[in-house]
Amino acid sequence: MTPKRCFGNPPAGVRLGQLAGHLLVIEGADSSGRSTQVNLLSEWLERSGYAVAQVGLKRSKLVTPELDDAKKGNILSPRTMSLFYATDFYDQLENRIVPALRAGYIVIADRYIYTLMARDLVRGAEQQWLDSLYSMALVPDMVFFLQTSIRNQIERKLSLQYRLDYWESGMDLGLSPDWFDSYVRYQRKLQAVFLRLHELYKFELLNGNRSVAAIQHDLRARVGTMLSALSEEPIL
Amino acid sequence: MARETVRGKLIAVEGLDGSGKSTQVHLLHTWLSGLGCKVFFSEWNSSEMVKGATTRGKKKQLLTPTTFSLIHATDFADRYERQILPALKGGYVVLCDRYIFTSFARDAVRGCDPAWLRRLYGFALMPDMVFYFRLPLDVAMSRIIDGRPNLKYFEAGMDMGLSSDAQESFQIFQERVMNEYDRIAEEFGLSVIDGTLGIRVQQELVRERIEHAIDLSRYRARVVR
Repeated sequence: MTPKRCFGNPPAGVRLGQLAGHLLVIEGADSSGRSTQVNLLSEWLERSGYAVAQVGLKRSKLVTPELDDAKKGNILSPRTMSLFYATDFYDQLENRIVPALRAGYIVIADRYIYTLMARDLVRGAEQQWLDSLYSMALVPDMVFFLQTSIRNQIERKLSLQYRLDYWESGMDLGLSPDWFDSYVRYQRKLQAVFLRLHELYKFELLNGNRSVAAIQHDLRARVGTMLSALSEEPIL
Repeated sequence: MARETVRGKLIAVEGLDGSGKSTQVHLLHTWLSGLGCKVFFSEWNSSEMVKGATTRGKKKQLLTPTTFSLIHATDFADRYERQILPALKGGYVVLCDRYIFTSFARDAVRGCDPAWLRRLYGFALMPDMVFYFRLPLDVAMSRIIDGRPNLKYFEAGMDMGLSSDAQESFQIFQERVMNEYDRIAEEFGLSVIDGTLGIRVQQELVRERIEHAIDLSRYRARVVR
């Protein structure tokens, strides 16, 4: 078992000593097929006898209603959005992730601080401010970054939801009055920021331009290797 | 701390609950308006945007020191960006009942890293003047407890497990907050006002110090309301 640590100091009152579980993170753009992969991975792990807990962004009981309301109006500045998401993140870190890890669960995070940082960086946040804001986050055992072409993302998005989303299109940034155009530009900017973050944090890159089954096969192989290395008890 | 040149002036009041700072800031507001200044007032923890979350978090005791701090930072950022900073840029005298020092004091007592807190609020301008209304602990305690027999959970610092008795917990918590305020007053050079003095005497001091530091004639409203 590898001891857990945070990027900086842990949050007040959180002791890291006894965290027996593992934290897996899957990052990827909007409509990259990330959640499908998370669900399949989770099913597979449970079939193999691991207890799994899933977390994601904007799922805390604490601020989700206010954040949803704020996103509907025109009152959310980059800074308040950033802080709202950070509140949601730490709420889940302290109330869900840490307790689950303590109980020996595998926690799969469908996005983590990297998405939050990328969105804020595209909107002009300072890296140093963000580094400090998220310094109390747990360092995951493994971070996968699902890389998909923007063309594939758009096709998925339109085939599943028939429309583009205001925030996912980065319409708040005023890149273009045309939603499609804005979506492409915004997602390109996010990709560029993610590649910069990859330099810093060394993600496991996962080619997302393949069939769902092929991606899952690859993912399971890598998670399996990691788990046997971490827990010394062979999986499967 | 953020650096930005603005036309307006920023004045904040800080102190324990019951220190009389809200009374003083009210009197200050009246005085400045009477002089014809454009005055804008903003109160800690008053943004509509996060109100529901704060209330729910407090009622259900969902808040940890970190989320407690972040939710107040969200509230502050919302007021700062939509009200305080625009008012300053518009040449107002902005009065704040509590500013970032409240978080520096309370959240540090709850265990948040002081350096983290200072970086968190790094986007905020340092006020032109900050008055710290300082009261001996026993005086502050009796003022509050007399006025409010039922202390609220977070107000009394009950989340810290200091004591199962609300009153005792409150006392320990407030003492620590006060010690933190004293340190902060030194670190940031806050202007200390003795809160045991009479209300009018304190207000005289506040007005004197402001007149000494700020040329108020520059903040007169051009449009008469």
